[in-house]
Amino acid sequence: MSLSDKDKTAVKALWGKISKSADVVGAEALGRMLVVYPQTKTYFAHWPDMSPGSEPVKAHGKKVMGGLTLAVSKIDDLKAGLLELSEQHAFTLRVDPANFKILSHCILVELATIFPKEFTPEAHLSYDKFFTAVALALAERYR
Amino acid sequence: MVKWTDEERKVINNIFSNLDYDDIGPKALRRCLVVYPWTQRHFSSFGDLSSPAAIMKNAKVAAHGVKVLHGLDRALKNMDNIKATYTELSILHSEKLHVDPDNFRVLADCLTITIAAKMGDSFTAATQAIFQKFLCVVVSALGRQYH
Repeated sequence: MSLSDKDKTAVKALWGKISKSADVVGAEALGRMLVVYPQTKTYFAHWPDMSPGSEPVKAHGKKVMGGLTLAVSKIDDLKAGLLELSEQHAFTLRVDPANFKILSHCILVELATIFPKEFTPEAHLSYDKFFTAVALALAERYR
Repeated sequence: MVKWTDEERKVINNIFSNLDYDDIGPKALRRCLVVYPWTQRHFSSFGDLSSPAAIMKNAKVAAHGVKVLHGLDRALKNMDNIKATYTELSILHSEKLHVDPDNFRVLADCLTITIAAKMGDSFTAATQAIFQKFLCVVVSALGRQYH
């Protein structure tokens, strides 16, 4: 299920649009995740406020989108491009990789609400594959 | 037994009473067949599914999408006993249709995304949580009779 040229083109094309609202998309997607999958809150117990729209959620959403923008730019070699982030997630953050799928789903839902016309089934397919590939690259250094 | 708050019942009933089944049903199923192409294995009698364009135009897919969405009506009418409500359908999907129950989960995800696209901003995190809880219970009930 590796990314075809068609997938890469589709991802980059829509990302151009997404990046204009990146902060909002990131914050909203993260907010969704914390509400819809409350077990993910275990990673953020050190935040004073975990509610959607709060400052820590907004700041962290921005950070996550920054990571995804990096991934888009390294789409031809995600393993190498995300090596450092993989090490961070593996050794410092120690996030269970099962959660990557959960956050991916929340980002897809957010994309559907903000870009109902552009987020066609084909765009959805390419993004689902892209996020799966990113998750795999992020999990690279885990064991 | 799954417990539902008054708020949850209200949100779920609201979503379904404002639903255009003839629009959302086909959209959700088409999305599933495009995003998860292996799900096409159950529809070899539906004609041309060779490309996303073909899937979008396929009348049998559209009709089936409406049917599947109406299948959720029984859960809506029997929210306090969804498990028993789907016993028959679960046996059908297992023993006659031979559908991998993981397909219920992926179709549920596609329905969530289709509804999110329709509702936009009003598909808040809280609404999503409630809707996904509902679908999760249905998916679980549909998988229960698999042995």
